[in-house]
Amino acid sequence: MDFSIFGVQSTTLAITAALTGVLLVVGALVIAWLIGPRSYTEKKGEPFECGIPTRGDSMAQYHVGYYLFAILFLMFDVETVFLFPWATICKNIGSQALLAVGTFLVILVLGLAYAWKKGALRWK
Amino acid sequence: MFDFGIVTKWLDDLLNSVMPGWLTTTIECVLVAVGLLVAYSLIAMFYIFYERKVCGWIQCRLGPMRVGKWGLLQVFADVIKILQKELITLWHTDKFLFKLAPYLVLIASMLTFACLPWGRGLQIVDMNIGVFFIVAVSSIGVLGILLAGWASNSKYTLIGAMRSGAQMISYELSCGISILTIVCLAGTMSITGIVEAQADGWFLFKGHLPAILAFIIYMIAANAENNRGPFDLPEAEHELTAGYHTEYSGIHFGFFYLAEYLNLFIVSGIATLLFLGGWMPLHIPGWEGFNNIMDYIPSVVWFLGKAFFITFIFFWIRWSFPRVRIDQMLALEWRYLMPIGLVNLVVMAIIVTQGWYFGA
Repeated sequence: MDFSIFGVQSTTLAITAALTGVLLVVGALVIAWLIGPRSYTEKKGEPFECGIPTRGDSMAQYHVGYYLFAILFLMFDVETVFLFPWATICKNIGSQALLAVGTFLVILVLGLAYAWKKGALRWK
Repeated sequence: MFDFGIVTKWLDDLLNSVMPGWLTTTIECVLVAVGLLVAYSLIAMFYIFYERKVCGWIQCRLGPMRVGKWGLLQVFADVIKILQKELITLWHTDKFLFKLAPYLVLIASMLTFACLPWGRGLQIVDMNIGVFFIVAVSSIGVLGILLAGWASNSKYTLIGAMRSGAQMISYELSCGISILTIVCLAGTMSITGIVEAQADGWFLFKGHLPAILAFIIYMIAANAENNRGPFDLPEAEHELTAGYHTEYSGIHFGFFYLAEYLNLFIVSGIATLLFLGGWMPLHIPGWEGFNNIMDYIPSVVWFLGKAFFITFIFFWIRWSFPRVRIDQMLALEWRYLMPIGLVNLVVMAIIVTQGWYFGA
């Protein structure tokens, strides 16, 4: 078990912190709802488009490049997750740790090099 | 040095002696929540004031001066004003997601905020996987921002959210890798452990070149993750109005603004924790008298002082550099920071396993 301030479990405290965030949002929203004005006009619900009437669907097309970077991110993010436990004990294991993770990193960097060569890192 | 752990322990024992355990835990959780709320709002208000003053100073202005002495009450006036505004939801918005987004953003920043070491024994969530927990929960914020842009049913917010998402996930990698470099040097993921390991020298000085490189990478990546400074293209005013929060009004917008400033404090706090010794005072080996004087300064002052100094650097960068383009932004991360960060990590691992760092 993992204990923090006051000797309370860390998980309990983390949940408390999350609930505090919710409380902050709810509290401020209630105050705003109580003292804020309310009015209804039809034009108010239009999405902002520099003052001119809205044209077309708001779900516009966007660049496919974002998707590509998201996939690349996934690969390296999982790698970071794997590296965290290794980094913690790297000091105790010594050069064997270097060898093990070196192999892992080389394979990953090959992946990055491939993506780079294919032009995935270039924004077109 | 004053240890808050003794105070909290005393309070815990006192409460335990007069009431059952579950009630004690509940009271303590309420205390923690109140403390968090107060600290969160005070820091946010201070940061907004701080940024406006520093920005004014850099641009040869005075900044806010009218409300209260030196404009000190300006932020309170702004909060009251923003609370009085109407909350507008547009047609055809995804109402559930639209309302969920601020919660996610605030929960992410509140959870990371609770992990910061404020002083000796004054840290709310102190897990043995502390740094990993911070990396994990801080990425909930991206989800909130993507939802905000997606649910708003507006073209500007959609593009702003996509840019913001791409930027934040990209730079999260560099952040993670520089944090890894320090975990490698410290040999622990616990926040207390990392701070304790810096008692005889901060990691920035102890870890040779890799630590300094990691610090620079962390500063750039953190700046980009906060959508600030030269990397504020998700909110580029002349292209996208206000980016992902264009359609949020009143206090709904206020939440994003609040979380943005709090995230600035959080990244400064994490930089302090990882590279500048957290709440540890500055000690120079051999200078006994100097070290003793430094020990008299409270740990909270050390932590806040270092964090505010790092924030000042962020402000300075923001008001000095022009905005980058999206291709430049992504190229900087994927072609420079990422490969350099990975090589840096390997160099650090070699240094650590061979015991070449100071104080080995």
